[in-house]
Amino acid sequence: MTPISPSEWAVVALSLKVSCVAIVIMLPVSFGLAWLLERTRMPGKVLLDAFVHLPLVLPPVVTGWLLLLAFGSNGPAGRFLADTMGITLMFRWTGAALAAAVMALPLMVRAIRLSLGGVDRKLEAAARTLGASPWRTFTSITLPLAMPGVLAAVVLGFARSIGEFGATITFVSNVPGETRTLPLAIYTALQVPGGEGIVTRLALISVALSLAALVMSEWLVRRGRTGGGGHVL
Amino acid sequence: MSFEVDVSIRRGQRIIAARIASSESLVALFGPSGAGKTSILEAIGGLLRPENGRIAIAGQVLFDSASRIALPPEKRACGYVFQDGRLFPHLRVRDNLLYGWKLASPDRRWLTLEVAMEFLGIAHLLDRMPHTLSGGEAQRVAIGRALLSGPRFLLMDEPLSSLDSARRHEIMRLIERIRDEMDIPILYVSHDRSEVERLASTVIEVD
Repeated sequence: MTPISPSEWAVVALSLKVSCVAIVIMLPVSFGLAWLLERTRMPGKVLLDAFVHLPLVLPPVVTGWLLLLAFGSNGPAGRFLADTMGITLMFRWTGAALAAAVMALPLMVRAIRLSLGGVDRKLEAAARTLGASPWRTFTSITLPLAMPGVLAAVVLGFARSIGEFGATITFVSNVPGETRTLPLAIYTALQVPGGEGIVTRLALISVALSLAALVMSEWLVRRGRTGGGGHVL
Repeated sequence: MSFEVDVSIRRGQRIIAARIASSESLVALFGPSGAGKTSILEAIGGLLRPENGRIAIAGQVLFDSASRIALPPEKRACGYVFQDGRLFPHLRVRDNLLYGWKLASPDRRWLTLEVAMEFLGIAHLLDRMPHTLSGGEAQRVAIGRALLSGPRFLLMDEPLSSLDSARRHEIMRLIERIRDEMDIPILYVSHDRSEVERLASTVIEVD
């Protein structure tokens, strides 16, 4: 088998960039949403919950089309970003990152929410009686105890982002060097006669990346685990 | 006056009325399970907000609905010993013990780790994780953690209930020593009559 070519490495690098940016953006967002859904009693929670889960249940192509409507050059959000910050997402890797982020969101919120739900509120009460402010209680008790779930969210979100296809190709098309991430490059190579070598190499890289993410999360959890329990997936 | 408590607490449909006025160093709340003893402790510790009334311990007002005072739990300086221990599972015994100590301002600390370890006989446990401790060991650490946080008073919620009889005896002696050797008011909750009769000269029945 021929070695991996520079253009294929570029696809891998682009995929990693898109996925990492997507996760970094979505981690605080999904933690905030998980907190709202798990710990607060705000009105309209059911609606918010449903909205967060939409990308999980909608066909990805529909999610991509909705992103196009909102963030396209004529969409309200797209026009706002262009006018205020000069950012355009169309046909850019940033758009691919947004698509990946939106698709990863429900999985990340679910994982974090589950782990927040598993944190014993009585331990937080005990910390308060020992003199910890609500913020201090959060950073020293709640967050460390929820950490396995946060790591799980990162891994799940990363895996989902790396594999993202439908929403990306619908929203920002298949532009080499900008939006052609691993799955899109594999799909493109499949359309070309004689592209099997590229497909095989990129597919193997995809498998390796997903496995590496899994192994790393297990390692992180094991390193961070001090008490009992705490499964990532 | 050590304890001045006069509050009504809503628990679902029920209203629990609690009135405690005593200058004793150890006051016991006694009554059957479900009578609301824990709710009274939680109200004093700031974990539960009474409907109305007033709570003052050792001269400091912690709650007063008339003058709209309700200190948050972290400002009450109470050493709360829970029925279920509630050691932090992700921290070693040493960090559990020092959790409140580190948060207390230096002038409020009246006990050092060395003295507490000696007093409670837990020096050999410092590097252990809480899930490796026996029930009696965990309860000693929990008591140590409360004492080290620089409390002005102690709230003890059935600290013996999860222990076997030999451990009970041990922890009971420990509590007697705290009562006799440390100058700190204790509010002690139990459903066991022999326990409260041995420990307290003032017993308040809750039913």
